[in-house]
Amino acid sequence: MGMTIAEKIIARAAGVDTVKAGDIHTVEVDRLLSNDGTTHLTIDMYNSRLKNPHIADADRLVWVVDHNVPADSPKTAASQKKMRDFAKEHGITFYEGKGVCHQIMMENHVRPGELIFGADSHTCAYGALGAFGTGVGCTDYLYAMVTGKSWVLVPETLRFNLTGKLPEGVYARDLILTIIGQIGANGANYKAMEFAGEGLKALNMSDRIAICNLCVEAGAKTALMEVDDTALEYLKAHGREPKACFTSDSDAVFAASYEIDLGSVAPIVAKPHFVDNVCPAKEAAGIKIDEAFLGSCNNGRIEDLRVGAALMKGRKVHPLVRFLVVPASQAVYQEALKEGILQTFMEAGAIVMNPNCSVCWGSCQGVIGEGENLISTGTRNFKGRAGHKDSYVYLASAATVTASAIKGEIATADML
Amino acid sequence: MGQTIIEKIVSRNIGHDVKPGDIVTVNVDRVMIHDIFIPFVADKFEEMGFTRLWNPDKVVLIYDHLVPASQVDDTRHFRAGDAFAEKYGMKNVHRSDGICHQLMTEALYVKPGDIVFGTDSHTTTYGCVGAFSSGIGYTEMASILGTGTMWIKVPETIRVVIEGVLPSNVTSKDIILQLIGDLRADGATYQALEFCGDTIENMSVASRMTIANMAVEAGAKCALFTPDEKTAEYCQIELTDKERSLSGDRDAEYIRTIHYKAEELTPVLACPSQVDHIRPVSELAGTAIDQVFIGSCTNGRLEDLQKAASILKGKKVAPFVKLIVTPASRKIYNQALADGTMEILAEAGAVITHPGCGLCCGRTGGILSDGERVVATNNRNFLGRMGTSKVEIFLASPATAAACAVSGRITVPEL
Amino acid sequence: MNETFTGKVWTLDDDIDTDIIIPTEYLALKTVQDMAPYAFSPLRPELAARICPGDIIVAGKNFGCGSSREQAPEIIKALGIKCIIAKSFARIFFRNAINNGLLLIENAELRDSVSEGDMIEVEVNERITHRGNTYPVASLPQNLVDIINAGGLVKAMRHLNGLED
Repeated sequence: MGMTIAEKIIARAAGVDTVKAGDIHTVEVDRLLSNDGTTHLTIDMYNSRLKNPHIADADRLVWVVDHNVPADSPKTAASQKKMRDFAKEHGITFYEGKGVCHQIMMENHVRPGELIFGADSHTCAYGALGAFGTGVGCTDYLYAMVTGKSWVLVPETLRFNLTGKLPEGVYARDLILTIIGQIGANGANYKAMEFAGEGLKALNMSDRIAICNLCVEAGAKTALMEVDDTALEYLKAHGREPKACFTSDSDAVFAASYEIDLGSVAPIVAKPHFVDNVCPAKEAAGIKIDEAFLGSCNNGRIEDLRVGAALMKGRKVHPLVRFLVVPASQAVYQEALKEGILQTFMEAGAIVMNPNCSVCWGSCQGVIGEGENLISTGTRNFKGRAGHKDSYVYLASAATVTASAIKGEIATADML
Repeated sequence: MGQTIIEKIVSRNIGHDVKPGDIVTVNVDRVMIHDIFIPFVADKFEEMGFTRLWNPDKVVLIYDHLVPASQVDDTRHFRAGDAFAEKYGMKNVHRSDGICHQLMTEALYVKPGDIVFGTDSHTTTYGCVGAFSSGIGYTEMASILGTGTMWIKVPETIRVVIEGVLPSNVTSKDIILQLIGDLRADGATYQALEFCGDTIENMSVASRMTIANMAVEAGAKCALFTPDEKTAEYCQIELTDKERSLSGDRDAEYIRTIHYKAEELTPVLACPSQVDHIRPVSELAGTAIDQVFIGSCTNGRLEDLQKAASILKGKKVAPFVKLIVTPASRKIYNQALADGTMEILAEAGAVITHPGCGLCCGRTGGILSDGERVVATNNRNFLGRMGTSKVEIFLASPATAAACAVSGRITVPEL
Repeated sequence: MNETFTGKVWTLDDDIDTDIIIPTEYLALKTVQDMAPYAFSPLRPELAARICPGDIIVAGKNFGCGSSREQAPEIIKALGIKCIIAKSFARIFFRNAINNGLLLIENAELRDSVSEGDMIEVEVNERITHRGNTYPVASLPQNLVDIINAGGLVKAMRHLNGLED
């Protein structure tokens, strides 16, 4: 019987020929990402709970300080110091202030065919390069860090066949929010979401990362895409080779299949307080906003900044709106600098920040106050996520966010 | 009898000659309020029973300490400020353009000879263009907003004469740190500092700003520089004879005169945790550090970033060391983007934040933890200012700070 | 202005800066009462809870140096401190304290002879008495006396605007 991409990667990592959904396998974990959200807790467990503390293979570990950068309190400074000191002592690959962990992983580490654990839910982004990335808690992380292994329940796969092309002014961000709206916030619980079809070929790497990254918001364990020339070119440009490129067999078993015509997607907004609470962006138009955020591991890449900058050029940020522009990585920042994009945003009155998680993480940079509205390209709009417990987050594309920042209320680009 | 600069400014403001010790009521030319204090100013203003501003055009409101907001209540200050500005017809509001003290002169709110008050101790900065400017609390600010006037005691003046050519690795930051070390942190309390000499004349307005900014760290009420052609260019004005004459008269009475020979100055550090605890950088060379901060109203200007870039060009920040760069204003950020400075800093690995007070005000922007050491270009190294009371803060020039970032150790800059 | 009172002494050293009196981290808290528990926390985290109404701070030189934050004197007043006696005060702190009706007394000798917990007697504008020794107190200039007599600058301005207290 045929296998899905998820099954093939798990079979490889487990050293077996075939696996099927529902099986539990012990696997070698190829790479282990952790960030300053939780690493200090992992270190505490490592130091206090283990009889024989050691690391199976320090080369597989990647640690990133990205959530509170630069540190905003003695508490975050202390947990980052703990992480930095441990990384230094154990020779762990360590990034600080270089960007959001998932973007750093895509730019520097992820290879097709790998099985990757990240102590962060949006680890599913790595499917854009055909890798099985999944979010885990500290305990799972520590076990894999110490043994090099873990167990996984082989997930069922939901297959999304993409056809057609996104209309002008509609983005991958609109597509994935549309899909989440369609299947619901728990529509892919424990499952893998696999994207394929002719429609996928037309999407660039940035689009693909945005799609895979958000799949956890439908409850998915992981997201996966076939590795095509676009993916291989990205990999080559970043100086890496694939580990293994998998496609789902023609007789693979999918729990469900969906046909999505990209041409039918329109600008969309996810309203407070759930990612699946979507409506056409036009229906939300006119809602007054206090802050806008263009950034995050979901939508802070150069392609997203270009979309925003093209709208921003020659215009000004609304005087009462705080418009945060936060490149997803140092590489993105430098590219935006070279292309004049940073200048465009700065001249328009935006707040351009250093690469980091910013208000998507809801502490440190740009938190919103009581009763305030934020329109965001971030990953989540949960209650209180961006600051005060009584504040409101709307999720939308880079274009809609930028247009809203200019108008001072939710607006689509064609309303400018 | 001759007069010092501060005596001239006050005399002209009130229309008769004054001498140190006189208590007089002056007419205020401009005031600055920043985001931390605007809710308190607004409350006091209304509690005092005022219903209108004496002159809305003379009031400048600047959000800088809380940009971007790092705590959930921070944006309350913006809302309070926006409401106050709307209610009383204020147009001069800057919501994310940089640090108040940079903007007040950069955005042309202050001219030579003006009398300016701000709700921040580093308001002394505007002395760089020959204005009398000083920090006050929010209650006094509220009373100025209603009356346009303020009582002051005319201060005595300490004259500081600096002559000669500075060594290439010594900047105006080293001068002011050395002076504070010599005067001590309370050495100029209630007094004015007046700077002159050919070293000062040859110095940019930006460098003079660094000195004026930190005068308060010696307790000074204000710092004053004679307006010259550089001032005129910076303020985008033609100097009048009156403005040109804002220099200390030969027969003016000074409480004290201090001389420095520029050639004898060296790069120095203010060591933890007093601004007047000054030692030569060379004495501490080799001490390991964890972070470097280049920014603030003291040293976040274009020439400061350029100086740092000249040291960082083609190099990388030392492993496990953070370099945080926070330009003092949006304009400076844009200038540094345009002239390639930002590119050099970014390639070296700097974390470049949006213009604002950042780490200097200790609320965000690179807070440190127990046992960590930071070399910073700002103006205060008080206990606990950048994290816990076990953080060691060393104040230095941008050149020294950049050299430390490259080596990860306290290092004498070479230029 | 010619009040006499006795209080228990808390001693502090030279250069007590405004960041020690109230760190910037707490400046955006809603009220002075919210901030008061953090007073002096970088230096003596226990102090704010131990100060009782009527106590007196005796400090070294340059008390209140640093920023213009008016919360510094307001918080000290909110803790119940009756007055601060220091070798010298920083300028902005001095103005802010007067404007809020917090009594400050400059005295160069007392700090070096007093110990924490001692009781002292203060006769405003006259003298301080400690263990039988007296220390002179200089009187304030008239314009400051006027502000204090009005009950602080806010009340002085309310009078100016024809309002009741």
